[in-house]
Amino acid sequence: MTEPSAVQPSISDIIAALKDKPGALLPILHGIQDALGYIPPSSIPEIASSLNLSRAEVHGVISFYHYFRETPPGKNTIHLCLAESCQAMGAKRLEQHVKGKLGIDFHETTADGAFSLEPVYCLGNCACSPAMQVGHDIYGRVSPESFDDVINYLGESA
Amino acid sequence: MSTKIYVSCDSGALSLGAEKTASTIAQQAEKRGLQIDLIRNGSRGMYWLEPMVEVATDKGRIAYGPVKPEDVAGLFDADFITGGQHPLSQGLTEAIPYFKNQQRLTFARVGITDPVSLDDYLQHDGYRGLNNTLAMTGAEVVKQVTDSGLRGRGGAAFPTGIKWNTVLNTPSEQKYVICNADEGDSGTFSDRMIMEGDPFVLIEGMTIAGIAVGATQGYIYLRVEYPHAHANLNSAIESAYQAGYLGDNILGSGKSFHLEVRLGAGAYVCGEETSLMESLEGKRGLVRFKPPLPAISGLFGKPTIVNNVISLASVPIILDKGGEFYRDFGMGRSRGTLPLQLAGNIKHPGLVELAFGPTLREILYDFGGGSATGRPIKAVQVGGPLGAYMPESQFDTPLDYEAFAQLWAVVGHGGIVVFDDTVDMAEMARYSMEFCAIESCGKCTPCRIGSTRGYEVLDEIIKGHDLNKNIPLLRDLCDTLLNGSLCALGGMTPYPVLSALNHFPEDFGVSDKANAA
Repeated sequence: MTEPSAVQPSISDIIAALKDKPGALLPILHGIQDALGYIPPSSIPEIASSLNLSRAEVHGVISFYHYFRETPPGKNTIHLCLAESCQAMGAKRLEQHVKGKLGIDFHETTADGAFSLEPVYCLGNCACSPAMQVGHDIYGRVSPESFDDVINYLGESA
Repeated sequence: MSTKIYVSCDSGALSLGAEKTASTIAQQAEKRGLQIDLIRNGSRGMYWLEPMVEVATDKGRIAYGPVKPEDVAGLFDADFITGGQHPLSQGLTEAIPYFKNQQRLTFARVGITDPVSLDDYLQHDGYRGLNNTLAMTGAEVVKQVTDSGLRGRGGAAFPTGIKWNTVLNTPSEQKYVICNADEGDSGTFSDRMIMEGDPFVLIEGMTIAGIAVGATQGYIYLRVEYPHAHANLNSAIESAYQAGYLGDNILGSGKSFHLEVRLGAGAYVCGEETSLMESLEGKRGLVRFKPPLPAISGLFGKPTIVNNVISLASVPIILDKGGEFYRDFGMGRSRGTLPLQLAGNIKHPGLVELAFGPTLREILYDFGGGSATGRPIKAVQVGGPLGAYMPESQFDTPLDYEAFAQLWAVVGHGGIVVFDDTVDMAEMARYSMEFCAIESCGKCTPCRIGSTRGYEVLDEIIKGHDLNKNIPLLRDLCDTLLNGSLCALGGMTPYPVLSALNHFPEDFGVSDKANAA
């Protein structure tokens, strides 16, 4: 799926649909990441030429923002909140449990490709700390047990 | 006749299983042949009761919570759809002291209406502010906002009317209104609740701002972490366009205002207004030098209003009821109401909108009910990750921008994160420096390098190495960040670091305050 020929048409469509917006680069990057889960480095020249930017400028923007990624994520990306409110409710202990359970550190993907793990600094769910997000689904008052339930459920359906 | 049942679609409620609760209610009703009208409202902000279910009765709405899917059959057995008694019954929602004792102006509709129903919005006083605006001159609208005393709710507390007046009086063929919805401050969620629970009030506030200063294009710069807010905003914007509340010739007035949501990409610093504009222009979110002020040369070099979600969402009620109505709430130079967000280790977390003035202690104990763990509260961080840690001895401070500033603390965006006595404040100080290092845009040296040196020094302090050398070094470093940084990220990271050191020296291995100083 990472072959340029396989992804190119879809990327071209996304660029064509968005490139005339003022400040089009972030919408284009979001469009590509929504479609593919990441921004293939091979797409950078086409993005750059469509916006009359250098490849370095496009790469600079991708690398500036934590959310954008240039490698394919696992089937499910877990965003674990590490901000103060979640820390006040045990996020550090939860972090250890999560890393142990998945056997990976932050910014890594499990060997079976099922889960990627990313830290996040606030999901705005501070009234239900500790919190995490998996895809678009948000979870509150996450305990090691409830984390395992979510992971086991998603792992089975994977 | 079908009974109206409300289950929140707020992402906090969803995070606790509201979707499953709602679907179970629908299944049970069908199984029992009962007619119900299931409405997905915003959250009332009482998160310890979420997923909360409300039933409309002739006495008012009755609340049940927290309702898990397995509780639903029992609720039907107890005839909850006519308000029947059940162990989860909380009585009339609006009689619950936590809710009843608030002064909800900005949040007047949140939790009451269907967030994406324009009809519901109109039936609950929606768009009255815009109707008044269309009959006024731009200067008259700006005067109402100035008279209201509204100050920027994003954290900087700059008078909103002054900002608007500058944009109004700067001639340009194109002006912009930007809503800063990059609510990255940990411990804050009021922007999210408004955008999920009453998106039209933000759209109306931005439309009023645009018409007042002659801006025809608005952008909501929304953080990518808020997918539910994104969906509700887009749905509400589409309805507003269809009904003529957005677009060209709004309500036949000849005035135009267009609005679009743009997503951020996980950079905390993009909540800084100049970094935000760089990001909207499609660049790395590097902070700009000021001047020029955004009000004179902002987005794409044009005069731009940049206001926080809560500031803009407070505008419709000001234009509906007048600047004086809003100004009559509050104390000193802090006018109106502030939606506070109680978070962290607190028994009753949630949204508490109050006029400025009550003390931190009243909020923590009368509303919050003390810590969730039942242990003593050791410290609270007010105003996000760049806010000071406050010890118990400061809990009698009234919520007021100036009173907080006197203590070298900030009200900020009104987030209050509570920690019990198990917290290690040296670790929290280290985290503040680490966070600054992760999120620094890298443009200015004090923030880019100082934050990394900061957590390195704190690592040494936590190990107990050379305290008499390292603590002065940390203070010196904080002084550089404070005075030499380009924006609030580097400039305010010393607030949590030094307040932790000053108020809790024992956590840094320093036995008394004289040694810490």
